[in-house]
Amino acid sequence: MSVMSDTQSVYNYKIVRQFAVMTVIWGIVGMLVGVIVAAQLVWPELNFAPWLTFGRLRPLHTNAVIFAFGGCALFATSYYVVQRTCYTRIFCDKLAAFTFWGWQLIIVLAAVTLPLGMTSGKEYAELEWPIDILIAVVWVAYAVVFFGTIAKRKVQHIYVANWFYGAFIIAVALLHIVNSAEMPVSLFGMKSYSAYYGAQDAMVQWWYGHNAVGFFLTAGFLGMMYYFVPKQAGRPVYSYRLSVVHFWALIFTYMWAGPHHLHYTALPDWTQSLGMVFSLILLAPSWGGMINGIMTLSGAWHKLRDDPILKFLITSLSFYGMSTFEGPMMAIKTVNALSHYTDWTVGHVHSGALGWVAMVSIGSIYFLIPKLVGKQEMWSTKLVTTHFWIATVGVVLYIASMWISGVMQGLMWRAVNADGTLTYSFIEAVKASYPFWAIRVLGGLMYLVGMLLMLYNVVKTMQGARMVDDAAVPAPAHH
Amino acid sequence: MLTSVASIIVTIVVLGSILGCGFILWNQSRVKLPKGKVETTGHEWDGLEEYNNPLPKWWMWLFWITVVFALAYVFLYPGLGNNKGLLDWSSTGQWQKEVNKADEQYGPLFAKYAQTPIADLAQDPQAVEVGKRLYLTYCYQCHGSDARGAKGFPNLTDNDWLYGGSPETILQTITAGRNGMMPPHAHLGAEAIKDLANYVRSLSGLANDSLAAAKGRELFASSGCAGCHGADAKGNQAIGAPNLTDNVWLYGSSEKTITETIVNGRQNMMPAFADRLNEGKLKLLSAYVYSLSQKPAAK
Repeated sequence: MSVMSDTQSVYNYKIVRQFAVMTVIWGIVGMLVGVIVAAQLVWPELNFAPWLTFGRLRPLHTNAVIFAFGGCALFATSYYVVQRTCYTRIFCDKLAAFTFWGWQLIIVLAAVTLPLGMTSGKEYAELEWPIDILIAVVWVAYAVVFFGTIAKRKVQHIYVANWFYGAFIIAVALLHIVNSAEMPVSLFGMKSYSAYYGAQDAMVQWWYGHNAVGFFLTAGFLGMMYYFVPKQAGRPVYSYRLSVVHFWALIFTYMWAGPHHLHYTALPDWTQSLGMVFSLILLAPSWGGMINGIMTLSGAWHKLRDDPILKFLITSLSFYGMSTFEGPMMAIKTVNALSHYTDWTVGHVHSGALGWVAMVSIGSIYFLIPKLVGKQEMWSTKLVTTHFWIATVGVVLYIASMWISGVMQGLMWRAVNADGTLTYSFIEAVKASYPFWAIRVLGGLMYLVGMLLMLYNVVKTMQGARMVDDAAVPAPAHH
Repeated sequence: MLTSVASIIVTIVVLGSILGCGFILWNQSRVKLPKGKVETTGHEWDGLEEYNNPLPKWWMWLFWITVVFALAYVFLYPGLGNNKGLLDWSSTGQWQKEVNKADEQYGPLFAKYAQTPIADLAQDPQAVEVGKRLYLTYCYQCHGSDARGAKGFPNLTDNDWLYGGSPETILQTITAGRNGMMPPHAHLGAEAIKDLANYVRSLSGLANDSLAAAKGRELFASSGCAGCHGADAKGNQAIGAPNLTDNVWLYGSSEKTITETIVNGRQNMMPAFADRLNEGKLKLLSAYVYSLSQKPAAK
């Protein structure tokens, strides 16, 4: 670095590398906590101390996998993709470094406050108000860095991956700030009360909650997909037209889907109807991304055979297609009457989280790491393949067990005797779920083991490697 | 209910949004693409290009079907602001329909049980079975699946009653609920409370400091304890004051717990079920609870 007089002529890979490595670390932490809470459901004796109980570790698990693991993956890939596709070094290195250290601080604060029981009680938005403010500040810095880089691009057109990353960054800022509007009552007690109340609070919360899925876990990762799938496949994206239609339809329609989390509640009927029909409309725009990704490989299917990175990416799209079909189906009120509050929902979320989000991230990180440390490929490609199979079997075990226990729970809860009384008490449904919860622990454990293999492979790849900080920015090709 | 202005705005926005989805689809599908071999758009980013393939036909149809379905749905069901929809469906209406149907189907059965004395129901295995099912829906959350209670929640199988165990009293408890309240006695001072706790333990034959217990005996009469629990400490079912001599404990028997009870008092309540369950169900539940202590040997 020291010999470089003009840093603007090279890409900033350091920021990408930092986030990429932390993706792997936080992935392991988040999934480890996931395995612990899954085990606590099978063996309740594992709830040792108050700060290690299911109720406190569960939000730690969700925050760690979504915002720490998923967040770092999005930061790493978006910073890489926006530089590469805009043919320019990232806008403002210092601000980018601030987003890295700020985001890590937020994660550490979450890991401390959630086990201490400090929570605003809103799902996926549990962090208390001082951390909420920090998140808003870091996120705005992220937006400045990202859009600043877009602004100084050397090509006229903006690549499709950046549309998705951009939409994700803007929408998450909006969602976070609106849903976290709250009245602080204590700084050291970390306590605040929501600015909304009653059914309106629930509506705002699930407008946020579903769009956290829609923008954080979907739009952002579609941005990732649009760069790494065609890159790894070495093929042009299937259809520009499709990407235009599904992008606008997706980001517009997601905003309406939140009420499907509140079917058959005090939410007004008309709101529930809209949540349902827009969730159904969402099916085609969601599938647009899957089609564009998978069809990109058309003509190069043979590459799937021995390229484990491509295996990760294409499998992630299959899980994406499956869960974006399942989601609209579960949003239909009559289906929801069976699935709501059961393990089916948990299975659905994990086919998205483990199958789609984690797999597309893992594939992308395996693509990035060697490039960031001056290697041709990962230390062991075979280990990547092993990771792929362990992870895939783990996901399948996880979601299949949750489907079975979820449908079983739904049916047991609604079963009635000839006299109109309930056939099963709640606890009987809990007892019947145990075997499936045990299978879930196994599935989650396999996924975690895969991540440990990844860490080992990353460490080996980086050992003694030269950190690439002088990748030259090429001149854009002109046609 | 929305105000009429809000309702109109919602209607316009909803229809505009659904039609907007249709518009972008129509607009983008009518773009003429050159026939023959599919070319890329001509742009390139970091070696990446995009083909100019048209929208897949089956995908367009899927999209159209959901748009049309959505449009039909918001006219048939509530969706356009305050508009009730052509089918006049509402979630409360659906709920009422299901309740009416259930009442019609199961009403006669429970009406029959409502006419039968509780003591007789307790002898009828079928009635007890129905009562047990009801118990496992409404009561087990506090009293436990085996009805043996938990800390703060009375054991229903030990024939030891706070308010009385006759069928009628049990029915009254379930129907109207109970409010259990022991006032705090912190003002007596630590010394006196220690003495009282030891005396209370001595009443059930538990290990105690006999000197303290003797002083506690005096205090029990003079500090107002006897007012509710009786001079003989055997309690008063009319006000739900527990018998302190039978070694049955709602909150625990350790000196620490008893001290806590005396210092802070206790607030407890059993909710009323009159509004939720019909008379037949209330009676069946009473019969089941009654049966538990009538034959404690049976499971």
